Amino acid sequence: MAVTPPELRIWWKEPVAKVELTWIIVAFLWGLVMFFMMIYWHIAGNQNLSNEAYRIDAATFTKYTQAMVDKYTVAKRTTRQGGREIPIVAPPPGSDVYLIARLWEWWPILQLQKGKSYRLHLSSLDWQHGFSLQPVNINFQVHPGYELVTTITPSDNGEFSIVCNEFCGIGHHTMLGKILVVE
Amino acid sequence: MAIASDFRTCPTTGLRVHLPAENLIKANAVVAVVFLAVGGFFGLLVALTRWPAVHILPADWFYLALTAHGLDVLLVWIIFFEIAVLYFASAVLLNSRLAAPKVGWAAFWLMLIGALVVNVAVLQGGSSVMFTSYVPMQAAPHFYLGLILFAVGALLGCGVFFGTLVIAKEEKTYEGSLPLVTFGALTAAIIAVFTIASGAIILIPTFLWSVGIISHIDTLMYKLVWWAMGHSSQQINVSAHVAVWYAIAALVLGAKPISEKVSRVAFLFYILFLQLASAHHLLAEPGLSSEWKIFNTSYAMYLAVLGSMIHGMTVPGSIEAAQRARGFNKGIFEWLRKAPWGNPAFSGMFMSLVMFGFIGGISGVVLGTEQINVIFHNTLYVPGHFHATVVAGTTLAFMAITYLLVPLIFRRHIMFPKLAKLQPYLFGIGVLGISVFMMGAGTLGVSRRHWDIGFADAALSFDYPPAAYLMMGLNGLSGVLAALGGLLFILIVVGSVFFGKPVTGKIDMGGSAGVVAKYGSAGTLKIPGTAVMVAVFFTAFVLYYFVNWKYLSELWPFR
Repeated sequence: MAVTPPELRIWWKEPVAKVELTWIIVAFLWGLVMFFMMIYWHIAGNQNLSNEAYRIDAATFTKYTQAMVDKYTVAKRTTRQGGREIPIVAPPPGSDVYLIARLWEWWPILQLQKGKSYRLHLSSLDWQHGFSLQPVNINFQVHPGYELVTTITPSDNGEFSIVCNEFCGIGHHTMLGKILVVE
Repeated sequence: MAIASDFRTCPTTGLRVHLPAENLIKANAVVAVVFLAVGGFFGLLVALTRWPAVHILPADWFYLALTAHGLDVLLVWIIFFEIAVLYFASAVLLNSRLAAPKVGWAAFWLMLIGALVVNVAVLQGGSSVMFTSYVPMQAAPHFYLGLILFAVGALLGCGVFFGTLVIAKEEKTYEGSLPLVTFGALTAAIIAVFTIASGAIILIPTFLWSVGIISHIDTLMYKLVWWAMGHSSQQINVSAHVAVWYAIAALVLGAKPISEKVSRVAFLFYILFLQLASAHHLLAEPGLSSEWKIFNTSYAMYLAVLGSMIHGMTVPGSIEAAQRARGFNKGIFEWLRKAPWGNPAFSGMFMSLVMFGFIGGISGVVLGTEQINVIFHNTLYVPGHFHATVVAGTTLAFMAITYLLVPLIFRRHIMFPKLAKLQPYLFGIGVLGISVFMMGAGTLGVSRRHWDIGFADAALSFDYPPAAYLMMGLNGLSGVLAALGGLLFILIVVGSVFFGKPVTGKIDMGGSAGVVAKYGSAGTLKIPGTAVMVAVFFTAFVLYYFVNWKYLSELWPFR
């Protein structure tokens, strides 16, 4: 029994039943398939998280973002409670777009063109945040001090929301941002 | 040296039980169950808050309750119970005295004080940082201090376990190799040492940071090392509950491993590869290369997963072999139909096995695939997955073996046997619902650790699809079911321990030992029922895996 020492002292010479051996081989091969599937997707797939990242401080990232906002703001959206306006920024396709995560907002609102690629830069100014693009369901972690650069190509029109899905304090559930995709 | 009066002879198993070991097992198990009750209560509050129609707690209390829930059940309940399992698997199963019972008591008190300090810190309100306490979010210094005390205690407990193995070998209290269950417990203890060392490496600097001695902690480094503790501690659970599966199969049905060799190698895979899983939590992170992520997230080409898949066949296989040996030989599934489903130890164990494999295991591998992780990272899919592994897997298995430990160690009959029969099903179905509905909500994008999926107070507006509300409602209902099952467990166990009829003489655990030949598969080489179950599992695994690749391929391209 499993609660007593093996009955055969030389238990490592017991034969292995065929059904067990078959399963071990199948399971091992399946592991290889799953392993190489990830590598294959880097070659053939279109959804791979970029390896491009830099160390950056909050002030520098704010400066880059502000420069983009100053240059490409096309409109403003008033917050639901009123009193505050969030710039809507439409940088040209192919350019570097910056998105700030901070307590408790994603800033600014980005307006992108469908089917065009953008180099999206993500960083946090304070705590960790979670970039969760809905309803597309793309989720990245955003760290303070690190800048993630990923090339993203919106493939649907419409208004998309960015939820924060990393707990970031008492206002966490109010942290929302927007990405607008137009033709 | 141990003296004879320190021992009693168990009338059921014939084992000599060291009384100081027995007392330590009792103390650790009792505290474990108390914290299960506390943590479970917080869990119920969390589930009721996330049920949009109920939404019982205000935001600050919700985040506090969620932090306390994670700490009390994932850490305190499970580790206390595991220490009890370690002492049982060493001193009791090996017929030996326990090494240094005084150190065992020091471990117990350190863990208890640590757990209380952490709970106080959380309840004071300034440490609602979640179980993971990601920097630069800061908790009160005694939050980290409590965790460190708890970890030191657990490390001492592992030391007592290792010492007992040495003593048992030295004093020749058993013949040949360690029993498989003890071997599994040893696996758990070895992983525990790695886990606690990682915890020390990250929690001590974080404590120093919280009191102002260290100025900065890198957020990525913190996550990497913290999860070397956080994920590895789940691997302690896996090793421990697989050992518990084998133990229950042996005690209830007299089952033997189909092959000692295969089962032991599978445990060895855990020791060698499970620690790489820190990467599971870093797949959506900047600053780490894809090569690093792929190698580590796959436990070096899924070798640890292979270990679990092997146990997934050998555990039910050993049960089938034992049942067939006693004559339940008709067709493919008579052995399963005629299994002791009315025995809560067996039914809990078998549900734990099935749900851990089918739901926890498959979802874990899918979630841990580098690219697919991007669909699920930090959504409710993640807690859906780990409730299937840690609650349906570990907690249900530990509940199941408690139904054996109460008569064997506490020497009390189980009170309310009819309710005890029902309890694993109630809890199991509740947890099944929790896991499945959270995974469903996560697939729809719903964030974990989130107070308000309606975003009522946000500056902009957004709403998840209506189906997400349905999922959260069903999750709340399942949470209530699981809480009822948990409450029943605590009533039955506490009632039995304090007021149960004392056991005199031999107990009938349902099985008779020694019905199987030399090794499990000898004489009953065919285990077709298990082969069918494994084939169904494998088909489900492959389909679900590729369905998620399909889902991923429909996202916006990013690189």
